[in-house]
Amino acid sequence: MSEPRGMRKRVWIVGLLALALAYPRLLPALLGDLTGNDLLDASINTLAFVVMALGLNIVVGFAGLLDLGYVAFFAIGAFVMGWLGSGHFYDANFHLLVSEVSERVPGIHVNFVLIVLVAAAFTAVWGAILGAPTLRLRGDYLAIVTLAFGEIVPRVFENSTSGLFGIGSVDFSNGRQGITPIDKPYFPGLDEISRLDLEPFYYIALAMVLVTLFVNVRLRDSRIGRAWIAVREDQVAAAAMGVDLVRTKLWAYALGAALGGFAGAFFGTYKNTVNVDQFEFGFSVFILCMVILGGMGNIWGVILGAVALSMMDRFVLRALNGVPETLGLDFDLTAINFGIFGFFLVVMMVLRPEGFIPSRRRKLELHHGELVHDEPLAGVRL
Amino acid sequence: MSAAGDILDASGCTKRFGGLLACDNVDFTVPPRAIVSLIGPNGAGKTTFFNMLTGLYKPTAGRVLFEGSDITGRAPHLVTRAGIARTFQNIKLFNTMTALENVQVGMHSRLRARISGSILRTPFQRREERESRRKARELLDFVGLSQQDDLAMSLSYGDQRRLEIARALASQPRLLLLDEPTAGMNPQESEELRALMETMRTERGISVLLIEHDMKVVMGVSDRVTVLDHGEKIAEGTPQEVRSDPRVIEAYLGSQA
Repeated sequence: MSEPRGMRKRVWIVGLLALALAYPRLLPALLGDLTGNDLLDASINTLAFVVMALGLNIVVGFAGLLDLGYVAFFAIGAFVMGWLGSGHFYDANFHLLVSEVSERVPGIHVNFVLIVLVAAAFTAVWGAILGAPTLRLRGDYLAIVTLAFGEIVPRVFENSTSGLFGIGSVDFSNGRQGITPIDKPYFPGLDEISRLDLEPFYYIALAMVLVTLFVNVRLRDSRIGRAWIAVREDQVAAAAMGVDLVRTKLWAYALGAALGGFAGAFFGTYKNTVNVDQFEFGFSVFILCMVILGGMGNIWGVILGAVALSMMDRFVLRALNGVPETLGLDFDLTAINFGIFGFFLVVMMVLRPEGFIPSRRRKLELHHGELVHDEPLAGVRL
Repeated sequence: MSAAGDILDASGCTKRFGGLLACDNVDFTVPPRAIVSLIGPNGAGKTTFFNMLTGLYKPTAGRVLFEGSDITGRAPHLVTRAGIARTFQNIKLFNTMTALENVQVGMHSRLRARISGSILRTPFQRREERESRRKARELLDFVGLSQQDDLAMSLSYGDQRRLEIARALASQPRLLLLDEPTAGMNPQESEELRALMETMRTERGISVLLIEHDMKVVMGVSDRVTVLDHGEKIAEGTPQEVRSDPRVIEAYLGSQA
């Protein structure tokens, strides 16, 4: 890494960070309170999506394991939030580092930061458990099994209103109603957060993104990061080079899941509800699209993909809402939401299959034939 | 016939795929610091035998001892950790990684950095990474590959073969299995490879087990040659003995009758 390049990179990072920090203050000033708040809410959602997309990127982008059931980890993380930070278990009376208001409410109330960490650890374990049966599968088979897990987990939660699989009598989920309300984040020493003020949520989500980013970058440039790519490229060769396939894949599942749970717990508190309706198959696809659209395996690409799709979901479709009517058609555009996404995805795959910002590796895979002809300087000696 | 000092001692190795007997009761030993070759017509079971040694196939019957411990049917990464490394007949590099990174993957089983250490980038992890890059460059120099930061897929055929050897050496093996390393090489490159094998033996004390079709290389470098045909061992001995063995001639050229 040459000095000027390193410097420029640092300037970029500091600049982006400053912008991200000033963002919630700039919005109302530029757009007025109402629109500003709307965009801020969208941005908070986006940040949580970024965390999830980066998590899924470990599984899909780095290790090359297709996962169509990522929503399962969102669900598990969110429910951990629900269990440890609400009045759901009203018989229990456990309070740990929470605000005075929560102190007086029955139920289990643990500090937000602790819950998020527990949620990440808990989902990591479940990531490994659900990953284990898929270790021998590849391609289509892997897709089907992960898809099934993505369906199974929310259904298990939904039906665990009287013990788990009929064992015991604890209500884990409150059925379709879900768990609500959820405790607000609270930091000892700071004032209580109001739900009307989005700014603190934004900064919490931003901090989570930064932690995730830090972890992702470091993992990518490490022994395990190399092992993931080796497994993705050629399992047989990777194993013959001393890479433990089982361990390496399970770590990918576990770490990917941990980030899903991490963001899931945040969503739980931000939405103030943990509800089975949130955990649909479409969500898994939504996150997977962010990864593919941005550029599988490329951390910055995936972030861009997440921001683009999340904002598109929120604003572009809304802006287009009048279009069917002006064309004399009578239907609601939100009903074909996924159809529109699918269309964009197809267009993208035709024009730029490697994503917005492709990883150097993925681009090579997709354009291998072209590379040999176009770039004789790439070290090709024929 | 196995002497006590043999680094590898495989006995009665058999592999059956349904009705096909790919390897039939093969006994095979490799003495320390030796270069031994395995030859035979196409489909004789040479690569199958390699795959049994390295854990890619579980032998149907038989036993493989490496440095005295039983490695029969062990998972490939454990065989590598035990000290056997290999290359592949149809090159299996990690194409979108650089040559250097390929070699670093080869070191995987010798590196200790854990996930937590990698995230926190502990002094130990930094030192290990730095050291692994230095050693990888050393190995690439050793096999004579100068384009060390180029992607594996952009290397020439001969360089890819060389890179595979460097990657295998990165796991610090005591026994190196080379599956047709000179395939696609020109005579000069083959000669360089032959010299490289000699150096590995003398400088690093590595035993080499070679599958090879280039008889010039085989006869020039081997201490001992074993011939497989239809999964069976039909001859074994010094290059001269094997060359004049009538059964070997028959296997390669067909009987004269």
